[in-house]
Amino acid sequence: MATIKAIAVLNGKKVDGGAPIFIAENEDELQQLAFDLEKILDANAHDLKNGTIILVEH
Amino acid sequence: MIAQFLSQKETVGIVMGLFFGIAARVYLLRTDYRQYPTYPHGKIIHMSLGVIAAALGAVAVPALFDKNYTAVTFLTVAAQQFRDVRNMERQSLTQVDQMELVRRGASYIEGIAMVFEGRNYLVIFTSMMASLFSLLFAWYWGAAAGLAALFISVFFMTGKNMNQIVDIQTTDVRLEGPNLYVGNIYIMNVGLESDRELIAKQAIGLLAVPKGPDARVTIANLGQRQAILHDLSTVLGVYRDSGEPALMPMAKLDLNSGTLGILVLPQIKDAAKAVAALKRVPVLESAVRMPTESAAGPHKEA
Repeated sequence: MATIKAIAVLNGKKVDGGAPIFIAENEDELQQLAFDLEKILDANAHDLKNGTIILVEH
Repeated sequence: MIAQFLSQKETVGIVMGLFFGIAARVYLLRTDYRQYPTYPHGKIIHMSLGVIAAALGAVAVPALFDKNYTAVTFLTVAAQQFRDVRNMERQSLTQVDQMELVRRGASYIEGIAMVFEGRNYLVIFTSMMASLFSLLFAWYWGAAAGLAALFISVFFMTGKNMNQIVDIQTTDVRLEGPNLYVGNIYIMNVGLESDRELIAKQAIGLLAVPKGPDARVTIANLGQRQAILHDLSTVLGVYRDSGEPALMPMAKLDLNSGTLGILVLPQIKDAAKAVAALKRVPVLESAVRMPTESAAGPHKEA
């Protein structure tokens, strides 16, 4: 089962729930945040295309 | 001296059996691109067991000629021994697999373990044939039978490869936003811009089109797909490291046609080599299905 380890998001109102949420100021910061989280958590970054990137451990 | 040796039929039989049994094991123990069995100690283990198998096969025949029927029970001990070999191979490969960047997968490991058990039986068969014909006729007939058994063993040990069940094409790797496609087959969602750039630069897309309904089921097997990815990664290298979960080679099905789309991230981007490597991937015994053999199978009237 895949689990969401973390969420990087532009608009904090779009997400809620159990995983840690990291709010970015702009698109560049979102990518950088997701990049760092991917390496640290060893979890896949998946783009939900609404300014949300989830980090999923498969 | 040689004449005296040849007059002792039983000794000749045992020697012929041993010789051809060991020859069969040596021939079947080739280390190829999979680097398995490992050199040197993995090889020594299998050589030693091969010698034991050859000795058992060679000695069984003169024992039976001597009306020593209980000798057959020794063969059951041998069978038990070789089942342990299979267990040992399975366990050690499963342990080692944890440390692979692209895993072999359980099906591939089971296949390899099965081969190691099977080969020992072929060694017994070869040495028995050589020994039997040496005892019944003359030493040169034993040699002929040993050679024939060797060829039969080789025939039995040669499995199919992907080239025989699928047509292979290269295709483009497409990125639509975060979505990654090989041809028209959706592979995965890549969230990071940097990973997308890497994949666009380094990836090769391959399509494996099944040649029939049987092949379609075989390549749909997850174990077979993992074996394909592992073999391609072994031959072509992997553009991957720990902490890079996005750079994973992957294979997904086109559910309508049964075509398998394969994404590989090799060290050297050479599509022709990738096709050549894919053609040589073995078809796993455990993945083979034959729906066409069923009375209710495709192309048959129910």
